[in-house]
Amino acid sequence: MKRRTLLASAAMGLMLASGAFAQGMDKVKACFVYVGPIGDGGWTYQHHQGALAVQEAYGDKVEIQYQENVPEGADAERVLTQMALGGCNIIFTTSFGYMDATNAVAAKFPDVKFEHATGFKREHPNVSTYNARFYEGRAVQGTIAGRMTKSNKIGYIASFPIPEVIMGINSYYLHARKVNPDVQLSVVWAFTWFDPAKEADAAKALIDQGVDVIASHTDSTAPLAEAAKTNGAVIGFGQASDMAEYKDGPRVSSIIDNWAPYYVKRVGQLLDGTYEQIDAWEGIAGGEVLIGEITDKVPADVKAEAEALREAIAAGTYHPFTGPINKQDGSPWLAEGQTAPDGDLLGMSFYVEGITGDIPK
Amino acid sequence: MDWGGINPVILIATLMASAVPILLAALGETVVERAGVLNLGVEGMMVIGALGGFIVAVQTGSPVVGFIGGAVCGAALSLIFALLTQVFLANQVATGLALTLFGLGVSSLGGQGYNGVKPPPTGKLFPQALADLPVVGPIVFGHDWVVYFSIAMTAVLWWVLKATRVGLIIRAVGESHEAAHALGYKVNRIRLMCIAFGGAMAGMGGAYVSLARVPQWVDGITAGAGWIALAIVVFASWKPWRVLIGAYLFGGITVLQLNLQVAGSGIPVEYLSMAPYLITILVLVIISAGRKANGAPASLGQNFHASR
Amino acid sequence: MLRLEKRPTPSRFWLYATPPVAVILTMVAGGILFAAMGKNPFEVIRTIFWDPVFGEFAFYLRGQLLVKAGPLILIAIGLALGFRAGIWNIGAEGQYIMGAIFGASVGLAVFPTENRLIFPVMVVAGAFGGWLWAMIPAILKTRFNTNEILVSLMLVYVAETILAKASTGFLKNPEGMGFPGSRNFSSYPAAANPELIAGTGLHWGGVAAFVTAILAYVLLTRHQTGFQIRLAGQAPRAARFHGVSPARLVVMCMGLSGAMAGMAGLFEVTGPAGQISIDFNTGYGFTAIIVAFLGRLNPLGIVLAGFLMALTYVGGEMASTNLGLPDAAIQVFQGMLLFFLLAVDVLTNYRFRLAVGAH
Repeated sequence: MKRRTLLASAAMGLMLASGAFAQGMDKVKACFVYVGPIGDGGWTYQHHQGALAVQEAYGDKVEIQYQENVPEGADAERVLTQMALGGCNIIFTTSFGYMDATNAVAAKFPDVKFEHATGFKREHPNVSTYNARFYEGRAVQGTIAGRMTKSNKIGYIASFPIPEVIMGINSYYLHARKVNPDVQLSVVWAFTWFDPAKEADAAKALIDQGVDVIASHTDSTAPLAEAAKTNGAVIGFGQASDMAEYKDGPRVSSIIDNWAPYYVKRVGQLLDGTYEQIDAWEGIAGGEVLIGEITDKVPADVKAEAEALREAIAAGTYHPFTGPINKQDGSPWLAEGQTAPDGDLLGMSFYVEGITGDIPK
Repeated sequence: MDWGGINPVILIATLMASAVPILLAALGETVVERAGVLNLGVEGMMVIGALGGFIVAVQTGSPVVGFIGGAVCGAALSLIFALLTQVFLANQVATGLALTLFGLGVSSLGGQGYNGVKPPPTGKLFPQALADLPVVGPIVFGHDWVVYFSIAMTAVLWWVLKATRVGLIIRAVGESHEAAHALGYKVNRIRLMCIAFGGAMAGMGGAYVSLARVPQWVDGITAGAGWIALAIVVFASWKPWRVLIGAYLFGGITVLQLNLQVAGSGIPVEYLSMAPYLITILVLVIISAGRKANGAPASLGQNFHASR
Repeated sequence: MLRLEKRPTPSRFWLYATPPVAVILTMVAGGILFAAMGKNPFEVIRTIFWDPVFGEFAFYLRGQLLVKAGPLILIAIGLALGFRAGIWNIGAEGQYIMGAIFGASVGLAVFPTENRLIFPVMVVAGAFGGWLWAMIPAILKTRFNTNEILVSLMLVYVAETILAKASTGFLKNPEGMGFPGSRNFSSYPAAANPELIAGTGLHWGGVAAFVTAILAYVLLTRHQTGFQIRLAGQAPRAARFHGVSPARLVVMCMGLSGAMAGMAGLFEVTGPAGQISIDFNTGYGFTAIIVAFLGRLNPLGIVLAGFLMALTYVGGEMASTNLGLPDAAIQVFQGMLLFFLLAVDVLTNYRFRLAVGAH
């Protein structure tokens, strides 16, 4: 354990030098670890927008550092250690794959704050986790999809079978079925987060088989571009970023990952000394999940219905997973009026009743 | 005519378009390898072509000029490879891999500011009335010009390699550079031109991804298509028509597996998603079984230095 | 005009002088690139090449160089044996993945048993996994004359799908709240591959890399098999006259390189990476091909090339984080370094001559 003490003492030295104690700080160095390039137009791009918002909000009082394309595992651990050694006061690790690395490095640098996105492990007091309730946005999308489909076939391009994705599929389907009991959902698993050509092929496959509303959980705009080739017959949604360039085409709305409020808040708390360990899971109410403008392609009554749903979720009067809901095999999950506990959602590994097909296991 | 919800006509029409990037790049690489050069940098040349084509198309407003721009960018990058391997006699495998690294980096740097921009559309070549004909409509008349170009290039390259003097020289250089040199051919110069041609074709293939398949620019947009193109060249035993078959087979199974998922085939998704790779291997095993030679150019991957 | 002339014997001077010359040329060209991007070129170059080894945090980063170089060296040495014999295994990435999956499966199957034998058995299982995955192209080549480039490459994608299946299915951590990814080996001592000497970054994978480098050197220079490998690569026909069976050689070289890539995967998953996850593989299998050739397919050269490559990763990251350089600029810089290394290598075997009235 010599390395640990060596690192800890190095960190200690830095900490003493910068006088970083709980009473708030004059200047914060905020660092970000990205899984992709900031030019990916989706996931990492949105996190970087959040980082830029922090810079904007505090000007000279913060210094921003970031590292793109950091693989999970050993590389993440090294980048995090380098950042901590290099004087970062707070480090945001923006992919679930960094979970163990974040906690491992946090153990060695008790005075650096670590913020891990979309994970659940907080093994040390200096690790917080944050996530966004994207399924709330999926509920709004599902409502629009159920109302807008003419073929009663809606589609979903999924990446990998993980709870985050399954949660989105279920929410999308439940709300589509709520407004349109005849709706059928087709899910395509692309087995990739990012492969524009394959995503386009997946969208094409859905379209060729009569699907006319497509949602996606992969990172590129390719599915929208494919939908655009149908001259208005097929609509879709922006994913992660607004994808406003398709507003005059198939994009009728979007889910925008808006990390800025959280990043600004947390760095601000570090500056004024009110920072505490938290497990944040904000959604529409907290401004982390934004519903991009619903375009005029959507009839006014459907738009009003979708917006009402958004407002109800924001106000906390409606939870997208409210019983009665059965699992795919017919066994009961939520009883009448019961809302889904967060634990069930975070570990979700089943489809709800009505969805056909299997989750890859 | 539907098979379990899948319309074979639409499937064929779709695969013809989705195979274009791989087909173009693989055709280019076929010529390179027939000249005895193994350039593993296809992915890098494709991604540079994707960016170059995108920028040129956006700036000029013409997708056709964009494709030419993509070809020029791919060829320009390939000249680095040519310089290193033909002048400095560097190892081809390592240089090709370095070229991919370099191309991905350069495209990512050069592409900043082009996210979220829409390129001018690449329209269909024939009027909609023809494309609406049953069966032949979607398959024969339903495409943009690049699809026809890719098929035409297959035919042209087959003819050039098989029946022309240029083809003879390229093959001679690839089979035995010593003998070709003895006959008075400038081996390295011929190879350099083949490499540039391969770069141009890969660049066009990349441009098809960013201008037609996906119409947008994002970092790393080709997402490994260059590697598949390399495999297809081997699959095809360095023969243009078989490159076309290979690209259509791979593209076809990729499209089919996604369609089977939509149709709810009941086949586990992970097996479907491995299928394009496994079936390509299987078909190659079947066609190469029992043959003595696999058709690889004899001097493939070896550098040539004229001692006199 | 200038023309190349083959040296009668390779230049010993240039053999050792080309790498430093290439690095200096890269510094100049890279410096121009960084200056054009508005950065201080001297600061960037120092951050990449100097800081990881001698800078403020070198006590940590030196070890990280070994962590990064270890798998590259281990895989590259295996590949070099095949490349020397003209056998093109470019699917080491897949063999690396399968090694990790096989080895991890064994370890996780007996969790939480504590026994000293568990880790060694896992290493064997990892090597077996990589070997098995490499045997597919090897057998197809020897039985059906199927090209190994295509098969080994295609199997990388198949292995990636199996990896995704493993991390979301059969190896998923039962206590992981449904998240993808296996248990973390760092909390399972019997199966873990920790740092052996604190601060050095040395784990069993590094040890294996050095040991195989020495063994491969002995094999190639002193042993009959090494002679056969070299002969098969340089003169396949002569090799056949010498009784070298091409099929045997293919099976052996593919098997060795697969087993070593598989071992590298196992050491990585139990050590630095810690767990099986969807994105566990980070391209070591492909980068190792470059390392093998940079090291001129010589085991000792590969060790040096592995460290140089690791330096550009670790130093490049430093430059990216601390100086705000885009990661893409680092990739371009790495590409340039490779180009220069490969180009100036020509001076070892050739010299430039002023030719009067070139023919």
